[in-house]
Amino acid sequence: MRLYEYEGKRIFSEYKIPVPRGGIASSLEEVEYRVREIGLPSVLKAQVLIGGRGKAGGIRIARSLEEAREIASRMFSEGVKNVPVRKILVEEAVNIVKEYYLSITIDRSARKYVYLASAEGGVDIEEIAARKPEAIIRIYIDPVIGLRSYHLRALADKLGMDQDSSKTLQNIAEALYKIMLSYDADLVEINPLALTDKGLIALDSKITLDDNALFRHKELAESLKSDPREFTEEEVIAREYGFSYVSLDGDIGVIGNGAGLTMASLDLVAHYGGKPANFLDIGGGARAERVKAALLLLLRDPRIKVVFINVYGGITRCDEVARGIVEALKESGIKKPLSVRLVGTREEEGRKILEENGISYFTSDEDAAKYAVELASRSR
Amino acid sequence: MAIIVDRNTVVLVQGITGREGSYHTEAMLRYGTRIVAGVTPGKGGTSVAGVPVYNTVDEAVRKHPEINTSIIFVPAQFAPDAFYEAVDAGIKTIVVITEGIPVHDEIKMIMYARAKGVTVVGPNCPGVISPGEKTKVGIMPERSFTPGSIGIVSRSGTLTYEISEAITRVGLGHSTVVGIGGDPVTGMDFIEVVEMFFKDPQTKGIIVIGEIGGDAEERLASYIRSTGLRKPIIAFIAGKTAPPGKRMGHAGAIITMGMGSAESKIRAFESIGIPVASTPMQIADLAAKVFKK
Repeated sequence: MRLYEYEGKRIFSEYKIPVPRGGIASSLEEVEYRVREIGLPSVLKAQVLIGGRGKAGGIRIARSLEEAREIASRMFSEGVKNVPVRKILVEEAVNIVKEYYLSITIDRSARKYVYLASAEGGVDIEEIAARKPEAIIRIYIDPVIGLRSYHLRALADKLGMDQDSSKTLQNIAEALYKIMLSYDADLVEINPLALTDKGLIALDSKITLDDNALFRHKELAESLKSDPREFTEEEVIAREYGFSYVSLDGDIGVIGNGAGLTMASLDLVAHYGGKPANFLDIGGGARAERVKAALLLLLRDPRIKVVFINVYGGITRCDEVARGIVEALKESGIKKPLSVRLVGTREEEGRKILEENGISYFTSDEDAAKYAVELASRSR
Repeated sequence: MAIIVDRNTVVLVQGITGREGSYHTEAMLRYGTRIVAGVTPGKGGTSVAGVPVYNTVDEAVRKHPEINTSIIFVPAQFAPDAFYEAVDAGIKTIVVITEGIPVHDEIKMIMYARAKGVTVVGPNCPGVISPGEKTKVGIMPERSFTPGSIGIVSRSGTLTYEISEAITRVGLGHSTVVGIGGDPVTGMDFIEVVEMFFKDPQTKGIIVIGEIGGDAEERLASYIRSTGLRKPIIAFIAGKTAPPGKRMGHAGAIITMGMGSAESKIRAFESIGIPVASTPMQIADLAAKVFKK
């Protein structure tokens, strides 16, 4: 789960990380009020969860009240990169002397926390990583001993900070670590961390939380219900029924069990020249009801011409899957050709259910994928 | 021989009275696994499929000192506690089936276990099976596996069953199959398991099943580049069609920071002479060609 910039900055403030003076607005009137409160020039920042927001016109400076109104009304009506804008963060404009990058995340292979920092901030960190990997400083924190003051000193030293900034930087970095732990974050990032005439200030915030830990953060989990954030309607339904769904741009719907097999199913479709419309993993031990919800989702998607179902039952039972398929077809008014591959636990029972309902099936996933691609090209 | 689990493996099942725990206890016993005790707090004194249940790991280990391996079916919120209990009771191999453990807990669990010399398989994994030893500490369907000489290490559950069955179909069998799990942080990584396969006399060839996300596959490739390929390896990578920034089911299967794409993994393997199959079926053909020589 990703937090909005303004939510991240609220957390930053609680942890004494300096941020620009500012306020959130969800209407033109509120934007005007905020601009009056903060003074001109103000920076208007669309609160959307996409990368490259600045380049897409999501961050603009307003030098007059009229200009602010004009920018805000365009943001509210047009959105940014087709993503609707519901809130705008209005902030004071600051004088930037230098921009840094600072974040903390988890290094998977080291199984440790790691600070990533760079004296070349402000730009896309992935760009720096690719172009000049040596410009990125890494400081590892072993969870067994936790954060120590020498980690913080090393960070400030390597960034080449002067005495004054070094102290602030160490406080900010320590706060990032505390936020990381108390919110179960995957990533806490400041880009840019700006050196201004008033010292170091976090000009942006990016915080992503570990979805698996949301049970420890009830209030944030609640807020997901009223604002689904980056989730599409399909993803919301998927969460409710306990499967995972990702939309892609093809015309062959794909359902698999297990993330690996489902990914391999998409690859198979592509291998035979087709285009998958989605990733849909029904997950381990799916009951008929979940399978039915998953298939209904794809049947009602107008982009999808054919559905390819690839199930290898381990903990998942083929008869439950077959029952789910049959129920979805009965309930949905929309008819679409299916290519089903069903093997594994209780496959005899599963196939019997399919046969009784006039649904043919394959035992080889390659044959089923090939058939799905053929069906899709026929209906194009 | 086999790796991680064999005939000498004596198992404790944590969370034995739950739906998954009891079902798989029966399945593992049927397969031949030596399960001597189970633990579920508050259910001590009962039994599951003839296996006595205790309230604590400590009690189970005192009554059955031969226990050397634990398998955990405890729900994510309580799994870390169960895990620490097993480590502190001196159990040396722990297989964590549980899915959805917060990553901050996982890194602490794994670093703690490593400090105590404990081998951890998972979390979020199908477990380990050594067919020739009739020992399965996991949830995989037995039909996919036959005794033989191919070692498999994988980040994905279902894909492991799929490929294992294809291997059986071309007349090969398995020494040990290890599902290391699909989470961003896992107890064992590819390098450790492949190193064990290199040392295992029963294993003649190795299959690595990887997927997008992270750099475990790339790290294995550079490890082999520096130490040399000591047994034939073939590989499969899932997620060639996955777009960057989207999480494909597994918490670990996401391409971020420009890292972890299928192409980079395939390139890493092919650059050191490890062939990468383009479909799960093709890996069986490839195996027949490479391993039957």
